[in-house]
Parts: sequence; C-alpha cells; structure tokens
Amino acid sequence: MRLRTRTAYAFLTPYLLVFLAFWIWPIVNSFWLSFLNTRSANWTFNPRMTWGRLLVDPAFANALWNTLLILVIQVPVMIALATVLAVLLDSPILKARGLFRFAFFAPVVVGEVAYAAMFRLLFNEFGIINKMIAAAGLTTIPWLSDPNAAMAVIIIALTWRWAGYNAIIILAGLQSIPEDVYEAATLDGVSKIRQFFYITLPLLKPVILLCVVISVIGTMQLFSEPFLITNRGGPGQATETLGLFLYRQGFGAFNFGYASAIAYTIAALAVAISLLNLWLGRERE
Amino acid sequence: MRSKSSAEFRRRIALHAALFPLALIWLFPLWMMFVFSTMPENGIFSRDIVLTPSDQFFGNFNLLESDTGFIRATTISILVAAAYTFLSVALTSMAGWSLACYRFAGKGVVLATILGTLTLPYFVVVIPQFIMVARDFGLHNTLFALIVPPLFNSLGVLFMRQTFSMMPHELFDAARVEGVKEWRIFLFIGLPLARPALAALSIILFLHSWNNYLWPLLINSKPAMMTAPVALGSLIGLTKVSWGGIMTGAVMLTAPMLVLFVALQRHFVAGISAGAVK
Repeated sequence: MRLRTRTAYAFLTPYLLVFLAFWIWPIVNSFWLSFLNTRSANWTFNPRMTWGRLLVDPAFANALWNTLLILVIQVPVMIALATVLAVLLDSPILKARGLFRFAFFAPVVVGEVAYAAMFRLLFNEFGIINKMIAAAGLTTIPWLSDPNAAMAVIIIALTWRWAGYNAIIILAGLQSIPEDVYEAATLDGVSKIRQFFYITLPLLKPVILLCVVISVIGTMQLFSEPFLITNRGGPGQATETLGLFLYRQGFGAFNFGYASAIAYTIAALAVAISLLNLWLGRERE
Repeated sequence: MRSKSSAEFRRRIALHAALFPLALIWLFPLWMMFVFSTMPENGIFSRDIVLTPSDQFFGNFNLLESDTGFIRATTISILVAAAYTFLSVALTSMAGWSLACYRFAGKGVVLATILGTLTLPYFVVVIPQFIMVARDFGLHNTLFALIVPPLFNSLGVLFMRQTFSMMPHELFDAARVEGVKEWRIFLFIGLPLARPALAALSIILFLHSWNNYLWPLLINSKPAMMTAPVALGSLIGLTKVSWGGIMTGAVMLTAPMLVLFVALQRHFVAGISAGAVK
C-alpha cells in the first residue's frame, strides 16, 4: 500500500465517471423527480401529485400486495429448496453428479425472455401441462386466465429459474465448512438428519441470509415474468408487481415523477426488508 | 459391518430417488423448449402429447425471421455483449486495482459509496437514466445507449479489488524498485495473475448483457436497433405469430449459453458464488 494519489485516480477515473453519471446522479435525480408533477408542460414542484397519490392509489396497493405475496411465499420455498438441493448435490455418495448439477444449474443461464416465452407456452390453456392433467383424468386449470393460478405460474417459473442459482451460492458456503466437524459428530453417533439441523444449517446461516437479501432485491423489482408470462400482469391486474407498476407509470403513461416515487418506495422496501432479515438473523449472544 | 453397509446402500438409494424426479422436472421446460422449436404450428396445440422433436426447426426459424429480423437482432446482441464485456472488465479491473494497491485521499468515501449502492435496486435509476440518455442527449436507438449506461458494475469492482488484494504485493514492489511504471505493473503482472478472476467476471458480464431485457426494451424502440431478447419479447402476446418461431428464438438465445456453461462451468460457479464466501 503506498500513497500515490495521482496514479490511483488515473486508474479509478474511467469507472468513476460512469458510476457517477449513470448510477449516483440518477439516484439523486430520481429523488428530486419524485417531488415533481411531470404531467404538466413544465415540471413543477408538487409532491401531492406523486407521494400524495401513492398513498391513496389502489393500483399501488394492489402491486404492493402482489409483490409481498410473492416475497412471503416464493422466497422461503425457493431458499429451502435451494438449501436441500445444495446439500444433496454435495453428498459424497452421489452418482452422475455432473448430470444432476446441469439439471438444476442450467436455468441460471436462460434469459428472461426465453424462459418467460417457455412458461407461457407450457401453461397455455391448450398447452402441454393441461394436456398432461387431462391425460391423468383431472380437470384442467385455466392457468393464465385465473388470478390465483396465474400467480402460481409466476411463482413456479421464478422457483425454476432461481433455485439453482441460490443452490450454487449455498454450495460454495457448504464447501467452506471443515470436514472434521462432521467426522466428530458421526463418531458420536449423531444421525445425518440431526447433523444437518444442528451443524450445517447454523453454519450456513450467513450464506442463506445473503441469498435472502439477493432474492428480496430481485423480488422488489420483478418485471419480466408478469410482463411476458401473464401478459402485462394479467388477468386484470392480478399479477401486477411493483416493478411492472413502475414500468406502466413511467413508460406507459410517461409519468416520470410518479414513477420515481414508486422507484424510491421499491428501494426503501428492499433496503428495509434486507436490514430486517439481517437483524432477525443476527447472532444471538 | 453388514448393517452399516446396508444402511449406506439405503441412503444412496434414497438420495437418488429424491433427486432424480426433481431433476427430470427441472429439465422438462428446457427439453420442451427444444421440442416445440422443431414442431409444426398445428402440432404444438394438437390434442396429443408429443415429447420428442420433429423436423421443423428451420421452417420455424424462417417464420421467426419474417416475424422479426432475428438475425440482425442477434448480431446486435453479440456486438453489444462483446463491447460491454470488454469495457466493463477494463473499467472494473482498473478501479479494483486502484482500490487494492494504493492509499489516496477520498478512498474511504469511494469504497463506502460503492458498497452502499449494492442493496439498491436498479429500478431506482432507470427513469433518470432514460430521461438523460433519451431526452437530454437524444442517444436512444444507438449502440452507445445499449453499451455505456449499464457499465456501472459495483460487484465487479469489489470482486477485482478482492482479487488484487489477495496477491503478493512484494511482487509489485520488486518491480517498482526496478523502476517499472505503474500501468505496466498492472498490465503485465497484475492482470495475468488475475486470469481466473477475469474469466469468471467476463463470463458473468457477457451472460448479463446477452440476456438483458428491460434497459434495451426501453431505450431502443426502432426495430433495426433491437437486441435479440427485445425482438423475441416483442412477439410474445401477439395473436398472429408463430409459437414454433418464438421457440426457435428461445433456443437460439439459450443454446450458446448452455454450451458455454457446460464448457466453463467452473468459472460460472466461481462468478456466481464470488460474494458467498467472505
């Protein structure tokens, strides 16, 4: 480490310019925008048109409710599944490991549009899923035209796309646990199941919390899935998320001020929920 | 000893019995994507369940090409992803080097700011970014708009900073004693040592750019300037459009990444789990 201010700045400046122009300045600008009425010809200071409207807008309440619903149902299920997957994939007695890893990790590289198109077709009223349900002699479900079923499709799609991603992160955490911890427990006759609950899970806690935080930030800005799979948050606005609501206000109605207030609400929620999780997961003294 | 080995055997059976059906369910959508891309239109919505590919892939691709200029869109995607990856790796590794190797006034502030923005969703900046690029500069429908605004990659900077921090700095100091210039130390000692990290970072950045949807959707609305995901997304939900064609597009976006993933799985995993073990 040496004091070489000029050299240091020379290396840092190119990145810093982009960072300031396209990240820091927009964050500040967004805050200012959220107090402006952008529906008038010249933008005037009028927070009642943005923050005031947000408090009473039923469409916002609906989007918030849908987003929190996904957060409360999808994120815990996915993280639990990812944890189990990581532990099973890490098992020394597993055969065909590469094949299993490919199956669960492949969705990580699939783009939003490709997988949204895929799920929209799978769950089409006359699609393969309903054909299979019919072949099994059960009543088919109008997946994309029933509000609850459409939400279920979004949750299924998200879980398919992100469970493996989280499993990769948890697997890295697993592999940093020293082997001899388990050896001692096995010698003492502790069952594998108990080892998982009393050794593995507590040691994985920081990594699982990281996954929760990443998932919270992602959920808060869900956009592509309801936009493409359920056709703009349909049926009606049953699957409209905060991210889609922001898109509709900002780039459908071009109401930038209102959309900025929504954006700041999304950010505040993401930070607050992440902090809450970190606080809940803190080490109890 | 027999009981132990039979318990071991039961555990092995249980493990595979649990994982195998799950893996099939997980592979099913990808397999069907491929199957649908090869099926004629009347086959996709016919009454019978077909789980094996037919021979209509190229016919479907022609439908996709006439619905939206997919070849041109893919060319733009490749150009943008390559330029973005190169620039982003250059900027983040230079910034990471600076934050790892020198002490300077304001370093704490820079680091704290980069760390502080990590928990902020991208949606906070998308509106002012759009206003700035499209309205103030009039740069919508340009390659610049697709490549430059998304370059602010905080995670990349922190990742490279950590990589350079863990290197033996005596090497760099020895070179300094010899009178080697700083940028040459960075280029010819630092970067070659960081090769595995650079590979992981490049792959993740390329993947991000290749699959990026929201920003390209907003900023480039001219059909001639669409990236492949935006071109494909524009067909979803239209009534007179070929689903077989859409699926060939999905396969063309996904297959190259799957091949990359299989070939470079180690780097993918390293890039994704970079933040996990600290």
